Amino acid sequence: MSPNKSGATLQRRPLVKQLLEGADDNLLVIAGLGSSNWDITAAGDRPLNMPLWGSMGAPVGMGLGLAMAQPTKRVLVITGDGDMLMSLGSLATVATQMPENLAIVVLDNEKFGETGNQATHTSPRNNGPTDSGAGTDLAMIARGCGIADATTVREASEVAELVKDVRSKKGPVFRLVKVMVEKLEFVMPPQDGAHLKDRFRQALLGHP
Amino acid sequence: MTAASTQRDPSKVDWRDQIFEVFQDHDIKQVYHVPDAGHGRLIEACQKSNSIRTLALTTEEEGIPLAAGAWLGGQRSVLLMQSSGVGNTINLMGMPKTLRFPFLTLITMRGDWGEFNSWQYPMGQGTPKVLEAMGVLLYSVDAADEVKATVDAAARSAFNGGQAVAVLLRQKLIGIKNFGKK
Repeated sequence: MSPNKSGATLQRRPLVKQLLEGADDNLLVIAGLGSSNWDITAAGDRPLNMPLWGSMGAPVGMGLGLAMAQPTKRVLVITGDGDMLMSLGSLATVATQMPENLAIVVLDNEKFGETGNQATHTSPRNNGPTDSGAGTDLAMIARGCGIADATTVREASEVAELVKDVRSKKGPVFRLVKVMVEKLEFVMPPQDGAHLKDRFRQALLGHP
Repeated sequence: MTAASTQRDPSKVDWRDQIFEVFQDHDIKQVYHVPDAGHGRLIEACQKSNSIRTLALTTEEEGIPLAAGAWLGGQRSVLLMQSSGVGNTINLMGMPKTLRFPFLTLITMRGDWGEFNSWQYPMGQGTPKVLEAMGVLLYSVDAADEVKATVDAAARSAFNGGQAVAVLLRQKLIGIKNFGKK
């Protein structure tokens, strides 16, 4: 039996690597706790990555505050469905500001990966007694919040355009990417939050 | 009174307008709020300002990561909330400590001084305790003529001293009868 009842075929790690390919000083990246953190780190740890080890529900807000402070830089938030579900209201707050330099990518495997792959609300209904959700559609929620450019990506053939949109299309851009459930190696960045913050500011502003 | 008498009498200036002056003195660029009668006049002053970006939140919790993101990008911010909103922020209130970034919040107190609404008491009375538990430095002010100096000191502790700081604007200062008025 396939572990991916949703039928997702995209693998998060090579996808994130493509999203961050050739990242330069103009790309500021925030990743949510857990798998998204390990994903951006596997693509290559860099000072302008801010990988979170906790603070579930924080990445979109952080991305918005950063995008407003640095309007000439591209800000990319990468997080998971569980994290996004914890701060749906932040999408409405993004929509009040419409930051042109902000892109949000939600890697939706329909699971709470860090706690043992329990179903999130994005899992289908009637998926068995321990694995059912509500079929929650986060892209539809983003559109409902007022982020007009919010779409879902499922196929490998759509990835090239996804990368282009995320890196350069006028924002706010929201992309829900349906990804497989996979058991992947932990690739960990430094954990100390003050260090991560200071190295980010040093690289961006020239001082901690 | 000699030198002081040539200056504007601070007692004639509304304390909420004085807070706005402190924001400008400290180069605050982003202000976050959940609409609140106690902060109403200050929020409107921020909304009208060309130098401050003012955001309404869906829940107070959003203000902490916003402040973290602003600081990552080199900007200072302030979160305005009511004591009832403090409870919504507590897990993320750990971020200023973990990332060690300056954080300033101004809190209008309810359930504090002659409050008529019993629903406001639990969080109002819990507010100083939970903030202390999360390592937030507390300032408290209940007299109009001490507001400016207190908010200024809090901003210095935050942005110069690198602390997470909350100013409790006590209900005695705000006055129950002023709710709903500007």
